Amino acid sequence: MDHIVVVGASAAGLTAADTLRREGFTGTLTMVGDELRPPYDRPPLSKQVLAGEWEPHKATLRQESDVQRLRLQMVLGHRATEVDPAARAITLDGRERIGYDGLIVATGLRPRHLPFGHDLAGVHVLRTLDDTLTLRAELLGGPRVVVIGAGFLGSEIAATARGLGLDVTLVDVETTPLARQIGSDVGELVARTHRDHGVDVRMRRHVTGMTGQNGRVAAVVLDDGSRLAADVVVVAIGSVPATDWLTDSGIPLGDGVLCDPTCKAAPGVYAAGDVANWPHPLVGGRIRLEQRTNATLQAVTAAKNLLSDPDGALPYAPMPFGWTDQYDTKIQIHGWCPPDAHVEVVDGDVRSRTFVALYRTGGRVVGALGWNSPRALLRYRGHIAQHPGA
Amino acid sequence: MKITIDEDKCVGAGQCVLAAAEVFDQRDEDGVVVLLDSAPPQELLADVEDAAARCPALAIEVEK
Repeated sequence: MDHIVVVGASAAGLTAADTLRREGFTGTLTMVGDELRPPYDRPPLSKQVLAGEWEPHKATLRQESDVQRLRLQMVLGHRATEVDPAARAITLDGRERIGYDGLIVATGLRPRHLPFGHDLAGVHVLRTLDDTLTLRAELLGGPRVVVIGAGFLGSEIAATARGLGLDVTLVDVETTPLARQIGSDVGELVARTHRDHGVDVRMRRHVTGMTGQNGRVAAVVLDDGSRLAADVVVVAIGSVPATDWLTDSGIPLGDGVLCDPTCKAAPGVYAAGDVANWPHPLVGGRIRLEQRTNATLQAVTAAKNLLSDPDGALPYAPMPFGWTDQYDTKIQIHGWCPPDAHVEVVDGDVRSRTFVALYRTGGRVVGALGWNSPRALLRYRGHIAQHPGA
Repeated sequence: MKITIDEDKCVGAGQCVLAAAEVFDQRDEDGVVVLLDSAPPQELLADVEDAAARCPALAIEVEK
């Protein structure tokens, strides 16, 4: 194998490149990214960078000297627009073709938009560092903020904006924040935490529209008729895998790039990170994980498998791990925390806001959640059954 | 082998503890990494490198 192309210049792409070199790949290594910035990390964007606690460069994933050591041809500010797996070539910006012997797809996600409102000034999504810096500049003006979507990203943005002393409303159709991610039992505690910090939490509410004035957002309208005055709106209603450039490639697509258990999508083509969808041997079905730890671990496996002969390829079967930091609360999750699971506190207690909860479905532990209990939580990881059946 | 940690970057994921419990632990209150041995024996190099690679914040640096 002489030339490997990595498309996507974020955590998964960079880890893949790093792994290829560590595994002894000495050929040409090209990394394509559609942003002009060198690879940076995303978890700090909604927290430290948005809050202004970190200078943007601190989110950079590797120093330039480390990148040079990888002997990486960085093609930044260019978009891969096509791939021809038969000819083993990608097309950049609809023009230039680059041949490859091996390809790693790590193009991540694009934020989902509402069908309205995005033409108004003051309405934001947050995925990139530039999105973050634009939003931060607006938050410095002391606006009234409405965050639409109370998943991990929306909840974190609401907490950060409130931490800046702003008037914040958090809206979601679910019963509680993070209801889909950790269920409404613990989600209710997340709602209480936001309310304790002075956030106006509006759950079970659909956003039906936005109104503007002179091209700028003025209010968010809810299905109960209430109008939330807003100077800044952040739409955090989830993301979709960035696979549009693969549409005509013949590479199997569904909710992301459909890989086999070894992260392989086509001969010589592997996928890793948020964009990859693969059958998890312990789950008995396909999953796609939008988790920072998954970006790293999956990229390591995809890169190793690309270099190995097909018989030596290893299945990728991680125990998922994710976390969120909001105010002084750190929530960490091993495994799966499905909304319909039975939740039991097994360490600490809810009143002191320091606890570990186990999630059971069908009598089996499928996940462990720690609330301000990182060290205690780790001890419960081994309780998670090897066949979660999620 | 020499290990250095950027505590400010650590997100308390505990992935390093899973990879090399002889070398890494976590603070009880916030989960920030505690270095048990900043110059561990060479036979732990593979585990320590695995810990550094798994760290979601790239907060661990290993000098061979």
